[in-house]
Amino acid sequence: MGKINLKELTKKQNPMTEGHRMCPGCGAPTAVRQALMAIDDPVVVVGATGCLEVSTTVYPYSAWRVPFMHVAFENAGAGISGIETAYRVLKKRGKTEKNIKFIAFGGDGGTYDIGLQSLSGALERGHDFTYICYNNQGYMNTGAQRSSATPINANATTSPAGAYMSGKLQRAKNLTEIVAAHNIPYVAQTTLHDPVDLISKVKRAVETPGPAFVNVLVPCPLFWKIKPCDQVKVCKLAADTRFWPVYEVIEGKYVLSYKPLKNLPIEDFLSVQGRYSHLFRKGSERMDLIAQAQADIDTEWRKLLQKTENYTC
Amino acid sequence: MLNNKSKIMTSGNLAFAEAMRQINPDVVAAYPITPSTEIPVKFAEFVADGKVDSEYIAVESEHSAITACVGASVAGGRVMTASSANGVALMHEIFPIASAFRAPIVFGLVNRSLGAPVNIHCDHSDSMPERDSGWIQIYCEDAQEVYDSVLLAVRLAEHKDVLTPVFVCQDGFITSHCYEPVEFLSDEAVRNFVGERTPQLPLLDVDNPVSYGSFTMSEYYFEIKRNQMEGMNNVLRVYGEISKELAVQTGREYQPIDSYRAEDADYLIIIMSSAAGVVKDVVDEMRENGIKAGCLRIRFFRPFPRDELVKIAAGKRGIAVLDRSASIGGTAPLASEVKSALYDLTDHVPVQEYIFGLGGRDFYPADAEKVFRTMIHSDYSSNVRYIGLLDKDDKNGQN
Repeated sequence: MGKINLKELTKKQNPMTEGHRMCPGCGAPTAVRQALMAIDDPVVVVGATGCLEVSTTVYPYSAWRVPFMHVAFENAGAGISGIETAYRVLKKRGKTEKNIKFIAFGGDGGTYDIGLQSLSGALERGHDFTYICYNNQGYMNTGAQRSSATPINANATTSPAGAYMSGKLQRAKNLTEIVAAHNIPYVAQTTLHDPVDLISKVKRAVETPGPAFVNVLVPCPLFWKIKPCDQVKVCKLAADTRFWPVYEVIEGKYVLSYKPLKNLPIEDFLSVQGRYSHLFRKGSERMDLIAQAQADIDTEWRKLLQKTENYTC
Repeated sequence: MLNNKSKIMTSGNLAFAEAMRQINPDVVAAYPITPSTEIPVKFAEFVADGKVDSEYIAVESEHSAITACVGASVAGGRVMTASSANGVALMHEIFPIASAFRAPIVFGLVNRSLGAPVNIHCDHSDSMPERDSGWIQIYCEDAQEVYDSVLLAVRLAEHKDVLTPVFVCQDGFITSHCYEPVEFLSDEAVRNFVGERTPQLPLLDVDNPVSYGSFTMSEYYFEIKRNQMEGMNNVLRVYGEISKELAVQTGREYQPIDSYRAEDADYLIIIMSSAAGVVKDVVDEMRENGIKAGCLRIRFFRPFPRDELVKIAAGKRGIAVLDRSASIGGTAPLASEVKSALYDLTDHVPVQEYIFGLGGRDFYPADAEKVFRTMIHSDYSSNVRYIGLLDKDDKNGQN
């Protein structure tokens, strides 16, 4: 894999134009830009229904400088399967000579929930594509409903923090591990804490023959209730509190890509987001729930370290 | 051109699969469901044996099958698939997307009743809910017609004035699994007839990027739908040209409505698919007894050949419409179309609606004869009547 030169990359034309309708501070367009920067070959993009799709394709305009297809919510995996297969046949039959890469973008709703089957099928069949989940941990396009990616205790509109319940009661699904269990050649999890990390992961994903999956934690300022300018800061906290471990699974081998220098407490990540403000309300603080969240993180981190150590020792 | 053809005993499913082999499409994505399973199974065999160089995608659901077909078609490939019943219902969300993308997919729809209760036999309750999905619907009477229709469907779907996906429907088990003689063209003749697909605005043309499936609000949505309607309006004209071209080689030409001894008939039964065979036999018998009976088999349900129907139906003494599906709480699909078309006639033609054959209930010559006799006795009801219900005391069925 070639070295990444950020300065050179910034000279590349962004495959997504300015003037798209994503919100200020949204992590999705940052993730898309960084991901597509990593690819030198022509790309074809499929988008699942979601904020990214509706905000970049408002007819008669399109923010995509590359071919783009959106079919529906639950089927980005199947859609990219069809395109990639047609490409292989047309190439075999001499109807195209290009080297084209295939990328699917889905939010966590379209990936963890309604699109999981379609994704699983595409991974199992071994199509040569990269699926990038821009994971803002809920249904933002419809107004901040909870998904199976929403963390425990988060205040979402279908798991509201009320007088009786304190936000979502269940833990988030670990999709990265579910995808890794498909034994595909490349799986990664990252966030927007460091552009070189996402770019190099997508580069490796695209250069790996067969299916690859990258799960990118991206803030939604409206749901997370953070300032748009705090996008990178909150992503760094997600990594430094080990709330969102940054790692890769390369041909089954677990590699920790980022080890926080000092393990910050989970409060540091939770307290800067309005979606957890009910945990910190004066007089009714829920230190018990915060402690439980910390214990969960410690357990998950230990499990992850065991997997990486199994390969490194 | 006899050396150009071969005749063998085969079934509707296998005739469909044989046409697929000869067409050698770019991509087939399918999921097994009775009674259409044989089509993808046979095709997977062709791929495994190297008899085609297509790619077969063994997807994990019907929803993914049709989605992969849409992707492959929009990419620029020639794409085919097959399904039935609940599989078709699971695909429902994607059908109007395929037609709005102007993706010329050819689809073998092997008609089977929709659950519940679960039943594997034929009726049209799976395809009829798709009549508003923007797809062309062709219903075949026998395996020969299935074979010929697949060839026609490829050309029709891909025609620049049409660009609309096509359902080639056949009756589950009755047509799909029964063996009968079918005449096949040579591989070369088929390949010459279907030619190569020239895709419009393919996704894989990376030098000219396009976006499919955009977010389109009130300002433009209506125009895009209107444009689709125009494509559908061109179907029968284009079909007429293509079917004449194929008829030169096969000697068989199928009209949008198969009119059997109908021109001079007093009484007509209007029906679809395999059950027309029974009606045609009864028509012959009644003609021998001096009764001017006739049969119209509706082959194109979308677009509905309204003008052709009105021309033939005008001046008849009575018409019975036999639907193999119901619209519970409303008029059944075929009767609804027929009555709507006949509304413009100055001289009223009485129409009796019937529902028959749900869940594969048998339809006998005696049933068709009774329908004709009822018309001859000027016995009409504004209620739908039922053919072959076990409950003989059913008041609605008898009045």
